[in-house]
Amino acid sequence: MNKGKGSSGATNRLNSIKSSTNLLFNTTFVILSLMCIIPFIFVFIISISAESSIVKNGYQFFPDALSLSAYEFLWNEKDVIINAFSISVIVTTLGTLLGVALTTSMGYVLSRPNYKLKNFFTWVVFIPMIFNGGMVASYVVNANILGLSNTIWALILPLAVSSFNVVICKTFFRTTIAESIIESAKIEGASQLSIYLRIIVPISKPVFATIALFLAFGYWNDWFQSSLYIREQSLLSLQALLNNIQKNIEYLANNPSAGLSMQQYVNQMPTEAVRMAIAVIIVLPIACAYPFFQRYFVSGLTIGAVKG
Amino acid sequence: MRDSMVRKRKRRRWTRDDTELTLLAVPTFVWYVLFSFLPMFGIFIAFKRYQIFPGKSFLYNLIHSEWVGFDNFKYLVESRSLYILLRNTIVYNLVFIVLGILIPVTLAIMISMIYSKRKSKVYQTAMFFPHFLSWVVVSYFVYAFLSYDKGILNSFLEALGREPIQWYMEAKYWPFILVFMSLWKSTGYNMVVYLASITGIDPSLYEAAVVDGATQWQQVRHITIPSIRPVIIMMFILSVGKIFYSDFGLFYQVTRGIPASLYDAVSTIDTYVYNALLSSTPIGMTSAATVFQSVACCITILLANWIVSKIDDDYAII
Repeated sequence: MNKGKGSSGATNRLNSIKSSTNLLFNTTFVILSLMCIIPFIFVFIISISAESSIVKNGYQFFPDALSLSAYEFLWNEKDVIINAFSISVIVTTLGTLLGVALTTSMGYVLSRPNYKLKNFFTWVVFIPMIFNGGMVASYVVNANILGLSNTIWALILPLAVSSFNVVICKTFFRTTIAESIIESAKIEGASQLSIYLRIIVPISKPVFATIALFLAFGYWNDWFQSSLYIREQSLLSLQALLNNIQKNIEYLANNPSAGLSMQQYVNQMPTEAVRMAIAVIIVLPIACAYPFFQRYFVSGLTIGAVKG
Repeated sequence: MRDSMVRKRKRRRWTRDDTELTLLAVPTFVWYVLFSFLPMFGIFIAFKRYQIFPGKSFLYNLIHSEWVGFDNFKYLVESRSLYILLRNTIVYNLVFIVLGILIPVTLAIMISMIYSKRKSKVYQTAMFFPHFLSWVVVSYFVYAFLSYDKGILNSFLEALGREPIQWYMEAKYWPFILVFMSLWKSTGYNMVVYLASITGIDPSLYEAAVVDGATQWQQVRHITIPSIRPVIIMMFILSVGKIFYSDFGLFYQVTRGIPASLYDAVSTIDTYVYNALLSSTPIGMTSAATVFQSVACCITILLANWIVSKIDDDYAII
């Protein structure tokens, strides 16, 4: 097939599998790739299927009739959708910024070899990796002691830091940043804060990107915090909305189109397609973005794998 | 000489540097205190019969509740549910751990061998996709296939002249569905992780092997697998450390909130705790379940790490 392509071809030829094996492997991966992608395409097709066709034939890859009524319905109820979308965006943005600041600053402090409290803070970060108070205790602390229920902070704060990320940062800083740079900055009278902001941040972009992406996808995909702490309609994120309408989709219908009573409006709502349409709205930004960021996920994990 | 240096270092005065670094660490430290260490004291709830005194704060209630020792744990052990919860949590996890290493490692070795690097990238990107989806979204994907009256699987069965199946009611299919979905979501990601360490192997090792007449299979056995063993062991310890935890979303969302008919087949400690937390189950009992979980996990991870370090110290992660 693509044998002997460029310089890697030389080692390939010495070391390569038979072309029949290559064909077999390629076939395997084509099948696996399709298995990963097709469910999303299927859900997208359902979201643009006409409700009548779904009722008659069930979900199909090739529906009898297509219709945009689900998206029209969502557009009609855009207040709810836009509100949920902006909650998701706000939580993701704020959470990522806060998380990156907290994670990398601690990572930097732990990477300083001569710092007096280094051991103490290392334990502070390490202990939660092997022991935690459990879900009930966290719930009680967040809801009853810190009073985070029904605030946006319940969605942001508990997920901001993970010890795993701090260790990734620490290892990265310790292995990539030359001590001499920091020493010379100190001689010129720079404080640690300005060293961190002016030197560390600009030269450590890969690790910042990795942490930011871990956090951003975590926040965007989170529905669990919402399901525990949020009862207020106006604070539901897209994921939480999708989670809630699994059981009861009618409450999405608030703005009857002209000339319809509320009941008529609810009855003619394209229920099946609307559910899938919201799933599509959530996945589409991810599907468009992740191929560009994929490599950071891998590099993050390989940085973290270095023992230290 | 050396002694005096050590002493000098120990007695090193607190410098401006230390102050500045401490200030830099304080925000994160506060986060850890509030969100990691404060909940650790929450394990007391498990040893109390939590009472609500009207008009008082949570802390007041907790402090003035009666100590009951291990009573909450006794209830938990005596109720039939603990056995099912533990069995499900551990057995599912064991299957996930074994298949979650075997399959991605095999696929990573396979994908590293195919000729075209361009195609390999495309496969990786496609298989990485499920990793970025939340279980809520995935549960809709699954529903599109498994729904009784509209799902495409039942349409197939009907086209073949078979009876449609009430997927969300039949417990016997769910172990397979859950294992399949867990692998569906994680295989691509794990494969890419292993692939990253396979591509890092020094190519001259393979060249030497080829000169010595090693077959493809011998190269895999004697070069590739030993080279990625540290990563495999790290992933293994990490997942063994979570053996008492379950991927809540997988069990709760994919089954659409655990219908009663599936309870025995798919409930885990986490789904039990979640349901109990949002219902009127006494909080002490729920808390006993999570304390048990945390302590068991802490022991497992230390044990796994200790065993690995006995075999080869370089592979231990702690």
